[in-house]
Amino acid sequence: MAQFNYLNEINSLATMDGPITRGPLQRWIKKSNNENINPSLSSSLKNISNANISSCNQSLQKLSITANQSCNNSALSNSKTPTRNENKKGKKTPCKTKSPGRSTTPTPNKASKTPNKADRFIPSRSNSNYDLCHYMMSRDEEKSEEAVSQIAASEAIGRVLTDTEPGRLLQYTCKAPAAPEGYQNRLRVVYSQAKVPSTVKNNTRYIPQAPERILDAPDILDDYYLNLVDWSPSNVVAVALGNAVYLWNAGTGQIDQLLTLEGSETVSSVSWVQGGSPHLAVGTSSSTVELWDCSKIKRLRLMDGHSGRVGALAWNMYILSSGGRDGNIVHHDVRQRDHALATVYAHTREVCALKWSLDGKYLASGGNDNLLNIWPLAEGQHYSQPQYLYSFNQHLAAVKGLAWCPWSAGVLASGGGTADRTIRIWNVSTGTNLNTVDTKSQVCALKWSLDGKYLASGGNDNLLNIWPLAEGQHYSQPQYLYSFNQHLAAVKGLAWCPWSAGVLASGGGTADRTIRIWNVSTGTNLNTVDTKSQVCSIVWSTHYKELISGHGYANNQLIIWKYPTMTRVAELSGHVARVLHLALSPDGTSVLSAGADETLRLWKCFMLDPSKKKGPTDSKAAKSLLNMNSLIR
Amino acid sequence: MSQQQTKNSITLKGSAQIICEYLRFAINSVLFQRGLYPPESFKAEQEYGLTLLISEDPLIKGFISDILRKSEEWILKKEVKKLSLVIINVSNKEVLECWDFNVQYEEGDVVLSKEKNEKVSSKDLKKIQLEIRDVMLQVAATISYLPLLDCRCSFDIYVHANPECNIPEKWMEAAPISITNAQNVQLKSFSTNLHKMDTVVTYKLMD
Repeated sequence: MAQFNYLNEINSLATMDGPITRGPLQRWIKKSNNENINPSLSSSLKNISNANISSCNQSLQKLSITANQSCNNSALSNSKTPTRNENKKGKKTPCKTKSPGRSTTPTPNKASKTPNKADRFIPSRSNSNYDLCHYMMSRDEEKSEEAVSQIAASEAIGRVLTDTEPGRLLQYTCKAPAAPEGYQNRLRVVYSQAKVPSTVKNNTRYIPQAPERILDAPDILDDYYLNLVDWSPSNVVAVALGNAVYLWNAGTGQIDQLLTLEGSETVSSVSWVQGGSPHLAVGTSSSTVELWDCSKIKRLRLMDGHSGRVGALAWNMYILSSGGRDGNIVHHDVRQRDHALATVYAHTREVCALKWSLDGKYLASGGNDNLLNIWPLAEGQHYSQPQYLYSFNQHLAAVKGLAWCPWSAGVLASGGGTADRTIRIWNVSTGTNLNTVDTKSQVCALKWSLDGKYLASGGNDNLLNIWPLAEGQHYSQPQYLYSFNQHLAAVKGLAWCPWSAGVLASGGGTADRTIRIWNVSTGTNLNTVDTKSQVCSIVWSTHYKELISGHGYANNQLIIWKYPTMTRVAELSGHVARVLHLALSPDGTSVLSAGADETLRLWKCFMLDPSKKKGPTDSKAAKSLLNMNSLIR
Repeated sequence: MSQQQTKNSITLKGSAQIICEYLRFAINSVLFQRGLYPPESFKAEQEYGLTLLISEDPLIKGFISDILRKSEEWILKKEVKKLSLVIINVSNKEVLECWDFNVQYEEGDVVLSKEKNEKVSSKDLKKIQLEIRDVMLQVAATISYLPLLDCRCSFDIYVHANPECNIPEKWMEAAPISITNAQNVQLKSFSTNLHKMDTVVTYKLMD
């Protein structure tokens, strides 16, 4: 490909249009652009350069497709192009000479009919022939007309395999059977998407309709594997936006900018130390981990040890474990001068989840290589051994969800991605897979009840399963207690009632749109309400007998529901994309919603009335109603 | 010299077997991940350090193994350039998706081959399996961007052979595969140093 590089260079020398003509994709150009830009202008300019790069990416992707088929011919037939180029100046930039039909051929992960929050898309750089693509793109428009017409022609005809090389195409006369009659592709649930009309509201008490605060997050990285938000026990939210970390005190509403990284580096993870002290660990795309004292806005230390961005952080006392894109876990002792205690070669791909068990005895790591590894504590130390205790490879997709059981030492729940769709419960002291809750469907939600008696799982197979505790054990039995199949779509939102044992709220996806309230002691559906919109998340209030749900398509609103009648108390709108996540503040008065529209919004919707304390009476009323309901059914 | 001899070597036959074993897992993974057949009809197997699903349907199993047995012979004779797994809409016979497995023939380890008087590769088997694993992970990840196959589907496997290749019994020539409004994605490759395998998925872009 060296000849193309040479031709490209001649080409770019001859064109006077500016830096863009130098070619779209070179990483170093992007980097140097960003470095040269005045930081104050960075946001707008960054957007432009990003837009350019992404548009070039698209056309490049397209070219790589067609180029692979017609490259030999066109490259040879146009071999004289560069010498003629030298006379022609002021031609259009290659970015503008996009090939026809680009709009109809987006990059695969942007195709309209495919699920837009993909687990991962891994392009094959080495196979994509970038040099050739770059060469083809940066040729003059006039000269490449032939190639363009070829591209258009081949696109119109579609894909004919035999035209590339002579040969025989053979088929076996015995054929494989077709899928059974009436079989429907199970993956349908992954793709379902429909708009529903808006709804009426019925206010019974004053709830501020506007969010208390909108934290605009313009540069928030849309990356599944990063951990960009952490709410500390002392009520401070740390949010990483692009190259900066902001601290937002949920009590006072005060916002502080903790740090801004230089150049094009970005923050890839944030994690508060346990116990409420103001220390925050920050992982960056430049492979470093920084430790900050947030009360003084001062960096305490800078720790290295990785060769890729640091996307996962986990604290165990004074040990900070960091997981990077290089697949390594590094244990840092933040007190010592030589901070790196151990480097553990943990995964062959990016570490995307890292959790210390609550007793600090085990570290669980989930990777993009579909492995879940359990690491024991090193002898007399607070960091893990370099050899894993167990490596579980049963998951078929990246292990993104990890949750240690809060009341039983050594029990871990892990959930796989779209291609896996199972939850597995592990006893890490024995290394056994206690339970595979094989829903044959993506596991959308997983919650232990607060008394630890039941595990509820919501699946993309539209089932809500309740798993009882195994006899004398702290993990669930392999046979579910109830499997509720009333939901017509994926069960994404799950919340156990904090003040009434055994009461569970579940919300269905777009095809279902209902919230159902269950009594799991009796297995009855206490109430069902149609929300007219996809239910993404559910949270119970601790002060009021109410719950709040986050919704998707159409209105992207939050709805507060009175329990147990399930009448609408209020509808809070403002998000312009679906509400992916809801979190209740430690004091229970506010809800933080994170939307796909890159904003975090705080809603003070459960404020206590200072003049009267209504909590106890309300809960009594709710309990009696609940009892009545369970008696009736 | 003694070091050379203790080294693992992969013969041409062994390499063809690795290729066909990959094809078996790759084809079955596609059938499972694309939801062509009910998931109950698949069984999990551990291979390449991954859990992969293999169809239990006797007809599908037989079809794939018959083709791969023949393909292994052809690969040994360098008569095959490519295998194509096509996914077909049962009702109108339209090709919705095509998975191309391109075979390229490589020279292997020249020094070691001379020594042993046959073509061998000294590439570590572990390394090959790691490369295959990367491809398999990509195959599983494709479901996040490939369009939903929202109809009853079947599949077929075509072999792109050399012009001088003899057509064996029970085989016949097929019509060229065409997909309208096609989009390609090239996945990673792996190589045994005797054979190199490229995997490309072509799918019909829905408007």
